[in-house]
Amino acid sequence: MTTATFESGSQSGVKRFLGRTLPYVLLVLSISPIVLGYAWLIIATFSYRTEGLFPIDAAGNIGGWTLSNWSFLTDPAIWRVTLNSFVLAVGMVIGVGFVSSMAAYSLSRMNFAGRKGFLSLTLLLHAFPSVTLLIAIFFVLNFLSKIPAIGAWFGYNTLGGVALVMISLDLPLGIWLMKGFFDNLSWDMERAALIDGASRFRVWWEIIIPLIKPGLAALAIFNFLSGWSAFLIPFTFTVGSKVANLPVYMRQMISDTAPTNWNMIAAVGMFQLIPVLIFFIFTQEMLLSVYAGGSKGGT
Amino acid sequence: MKVELENLTKRWGNVVGADSMNLDVKDAEFVAFLGPSGCGKTTTLLMVAGIYKPTAGFIRFDGQVVNHVAPKDRNIGMVFQSYALYPHMNVFQNISYPLKLKKIPKDEMQKRAQRVADMMGIGHLMDRRPAQLSGGQQQRVALGRALVKEPQLLLFDEPLSNLDARLRLSMRSEIKRLQMGLGITSVYVTHDQVEAMTMADRVAVMKDGKLQAYSTPDELYDRPRTLFIAGFVGNPPMNFLEMEVVRENGDYHARREGFDVVIPSDRGEKAAGKGNVILGIRPEDITISDEGTPAEVFIVESLGRDDLINMHIGEASIHVLADPVLGLKMGQNVRLDFNTHKVQFFDPTTEKSLLWA
Ligand SMILES: Nc1ncnc2c1ncn2[C@@H]1O[C@H](COP(=O)(O)OP(=O)(O)OP(=O)(O)O)[C@@H](O)[C@H]1O
Ligand SMILES: [Mg+2]
Repeated sequence: MTTATFESGSQSGVKRFLGRTLPYVLLVLSISPIVLGYAWLIIATFSYRTEGLFPIDAAGNIGGWTLSNWSFLTDPAIWRVTLNSFVLAVGMVIGVGFVSSMAAYSLSRMNFAGRKGFLSLTLLLHAFPSVTLLIAIFFVLNFLSKIPAIGAWFGYNTLGGVALVMISLDLPLGIWLMKGFFDNLSWDMERAALIDGASRFRVWWEIIIPLIKPGLAALAIFNFLSGWSAFLIPFTFTVGSKVANLPVYMRQMISDTAPTNWNMIAAVGMFQLIPVLIFFIFTQEMLLSVYAGGSKGGT
Repeated sequence: MKVELENLTKRWGNVVGADSMNLDVKDAEFVAFLGPSGCGKTTTLLMVAGIYKPTAGFIRFDGQVVNHVAPKDRNIGMVFQSYALYPHMNVFQNISYPLKLKKIPKDEMQKRAQRVADMMGIGHLMDRRPAQLSGGQQQRVALGRALVKEPQLLLFDEPLSNLDARLRLSMRSEIKRLQMGLGITSVYVTHDQVEAMTMADRVAVMKDGKLQAYSTPDELYDRPRTLFIAGFVGNPPMNFLEMEVVRENGDYHARREGFDVVIPSDRGEKAAGKGNVILGIRPEDITISDEGTPAEVFIVESLGRDDLINMHIGEASIHVLADPVLGLKMGQNVRLDFNTHKVQFFDPTTEKSLLWA
């Protein structure tokens, strides 16, 4: 075996070297625009102005580092807006997670009139771009606003209203995703637990939920991200900064009459990115296992 | 515990799972449900377990109707074909789960789970997950989980069908030994007749949701009441030949083209004068000899210990078990001796036995 390797000569050695490195070169080239973009973002947040990737000062020389772009952190409004973003994200995680796991369980396990129709309808609804629904939703929220008690929380220009709309738009996907996870669980396991002496609720809580944890986690992650970075719905159904979230706040910075401070916008963008990065560091492993084919060991 | 099924029926719309089952299982008895795929074995078992609600009929445990008793209150243990272990729990947690649900104190739980695990030979695997076990070990965990709460009734749904042949053999005797030792009433579903015949005190043969026969293995084998049972029980299956039985000079002759065999009078008299009847004889009851019915060897299949030989007698085709040392070849002419004390007769239209009505 070793002789064969020696005899294969230098030419095939070069070939092998190319075979190994070429994919990396291509990969690096193709992701470099994104990497450069992030590099600019980070540099820009700490400089007065940038030229290319280089920070420059008023005189046009390289230098001019500053923290002034981050001055928005002292503005109480940013914290209120951040809180709004967070509430929206968490609201979506809980709302979509709760409703779709219950709905998906019943759709997967029970037989009732209209089950088939409901399933195809949800799939169809998911195919609708939400933009087409904006005006109709506006009327719905306006109507909700007029209902006493509920209106103050879930009407037009409330965080609750925005959350409600976003949760409903994400439910079809959530239900289908969760249904897939439930469908993969064997019925025998539930039956075994019932015979072992568990009540329906305990079966659900101690047997089913632990087994679809990867599904719940995936759903939670997707919903957190979509709630955290939501723009279209909050932008359409809120006015002013009281109920704005981070992306809407950023948009408001641009629409000011004064010349736009792009470096500060970059800093706000950076600020919005930080929790997501932290979040990814902690959930990376779980995300990988979810993408790599859903729940393992569910046989 | 005694179990009785009375007119037990399960239907889903037009689909019939079980059709008017009547059957009783005595205390400490081991009963096997045997039947082809889709005949309603699992359906019946799940009704006994309380997972399926019967469409009609009654299930009685010790005389009490339990139709509406929840599974958890029936005090049964069940072993599934898929094992149905909880993948997120280790072996100890799997086995002790029924005890945890019964709120048994921790140290007693530990003791009982360990005892059962040791009995099953998996005591050293307590902190493995099911995914880290072999099929046979998983099977033992499933069995341990069913046994640990000391149930009054054990239900098995094809528990050995995922194991290799050797393991199946040893698990078979192990389950039987356990069941006898503990004296727990058991219902065992299988489509493997060897399993049913060797393990069970009584075998319930099912077909299309209906109970076909319910008796001891020997009786099923030696005195089949219907054509279906005769053909279903026994491997290789019984041969069937259509013929006429006539009385001549005080002897009963079973006759067809190229075939004339004298039948003992106790069997012959029940088939004589009935026109065309179906004669049944098992391959092992036919021997190759120097005299007897002439036949031609057609196909030779080696089964290892024996050869299974397809022979032609005139138009008819039958299977015979023969010693491989005979070295029979296709086209060879031989003579067959029938053990006429073992022949069966069936009415071709009703498919009922003429001997064991
Ligand atoms: N939940 C159900 N809904 C509708 N039909 C069912 C259901 N469960 C079983 N059946 C039908 O009832 C019949 C009996 O099924 P069952 O599972 O009891 O068969 P089985 O004897 O256990 O077969 P196998 O040996 O393949 O396990 C089949 O025709 C099956 O299609
Ligand atoms: Mg079955």
